[in-house]
Amino acid sequence: MDSLWLLFRKLYDNTGFNLPFLYDGFERSRFFAGIGTSALLIITCIAGSLLLGVIGAHLKIFWPRAGRVVVDPIVNLFRNTPPIIQLYFFYFAIGGLLPKVATAGGGEAPIIGAFGLTVISLTIYTTAFNIESLRAGVEAVPATMVEAAEALGCTSWQIYCRILLPLGFRFSLPSLTNNLVDLVKQTSLAYAIAVPEILYVSTQIMADQFNVTETMLTLLVVYTALVSIVVAVMRLIERALAMPGYER
Amino acid sequence: MIFSSGPPQAAVSRQTARYSGASRREWLHLLYPIVLATVISMALFVLFTDSTVRAGEKLSVLATLGKWTPLLAQGFLLNLVIVNLAMATGTLYGICLGLLASSHVVPVQRIVWILVQFFRNTPTLVLLFLAAYMLPSSMHILGVEISFPDWVKAIIGFSLKVMANVAEIVRGAIQSVPNAQWEAAESLAFRRSQIFWRIILPQCFKRMLPPWMNLYGVTFTATPLAAILGVNEVLGYTLMALGAESRFDLVVPMYLYVLCWFYLFAYPVTRLTQILERRFVLIG
Repeated sequence: MDSLWLLFRKLYDNTGFNLPFLYDGFERSRFFAGIGTSALLIITCIAGSLLLGVIGAHLKIFWPRAGRVVVDPIVNLFRNTPPIIQLYFFYFAIGGLLPKVATAGGGEAPIIGAFGLTVISLTIYTTAFNIESLRAGVEAVPATMVEAAEALGCTSWQIYCRILLPLGFRFSLPSLTNNLVDLVKQTSLAYAIAVPEILYVSTQIMADQFNVTETMLTLLVVYTALVSIVVAVMRLIERALAMPGYER
Repeated sequence: MIFSSGPPQAAVSRQTARYSGASRREWLHLLYPIVLATVISMALFVLFTDSTVRAGEKLSVLATLGKWTPLLAQGFLLNLVIVNLAMATGTLYGICLGLLASSHVVPVQRIVWILVQFFRNTPTLVLLFLAAYMLPSSMHILGVEISFPDWVKAIIGFSLKVMANVAEIVRGAIQSVPNAQWEAAESLAFRRSQIFWRIILPQCFKRMLPPWMNLYGVTFTATPLAAILGVNEVLGYTLMALGAESRFDLVVPMYLYVLCWFYLFAYPVTRLTQILERRFVLIG
């Protein structure tokens, strides 16, 4: 492994293409810690937004009035306002209202830190899109399926969990993939409130090493890789869940 | 709607009827936020702009919001300028790239595809940094000095994002035209260029409009990111105002106020996109 890292040192010596986060131990550790933070952000937000999306879609479908009064305004608000201002709102306004706890250094910090507030903000933002996707997917389920289930005496929750959701989830997978890809890109906003994710770490490295071009190109590659991983996982799920006769 | 009886065909035709019948209400839906926005901002402007002079007195939250409204409005205007210029340049270059991406010369197609994928999968913030750090602050071309202030760099950053997305929209639309259209046109002895410009592209336009408008909305809500580059648009002025006032009771109302501004401008775009999408899917 070390010889591999040395290769990049040689690349720098020979061509001037400086990738310190690959050959330098210190830069490498913070670079990969940044990728780790980004990955953790992505995974938590995906899990949270899918769970809340399922609940929200259920509300919209089975209690149309609650959907119109509670879910729709929230969805519309989060879809139509800048995610960066939402994040600032959560960080400066909500974060300031939270109770404070003593930290190890003797200071005080809000009970939920910048990372936690980013997760909350981005989860709600993505949930707004997921609810719409899931609802559209569920509405694509043929009405005859629901009638058959009703004739068999299923309750509405049973119909949702066993018939509408399994089928609707499959139909909404392509549009959910789009939402999650967007989420991966939105995690870069955490830079604005100093969460040490990959963009924040990269700007620090740039400031220390003056290798703007190389770091910027690396960022393009890293984000494309993160997006590709999410897309690949979603494709795998899509293929695993595919039902014969329902391919689109 | 889920529990409606009858075969799927009936459901579709009923939907069509409902959408075309309710179109007047849809347009009202669209107009209402704009009217509301105008009324609210006019009211704030008239009520509070001249109540700022009494020094030493702490203004109420509402009056403070009113005091900063002219400045915020100025910033918001820059947001509108940024999104429109970015969409214009981005769309122009995006269409060129999209046409290249659907070319029949395989190497060209591959290279363009790779370029588009990189820019499409990168966050807007990274593209903004790319434009901010990698462009010089001024440039000499043929003896003419062209300077790049921060807001121009922001526009370039946003138009990179728009360019990649428009390229993908154009490529997708061209691909979605059935092959039979090419064959039918060929059998009528059209030349290749004629088929493309007169038969395929006009059909694409209708398919491209809803995703393009969606992109407009998304880019518009991304414009406050320019504040991170130090551009004085609405978010920059908001942070400035909050810093100058340094009152905690102002933080929540101020952010909500700015969020409302964006909502009132972005909601009609989203709504119109949804209407067009439905109309094109069901009838076209």
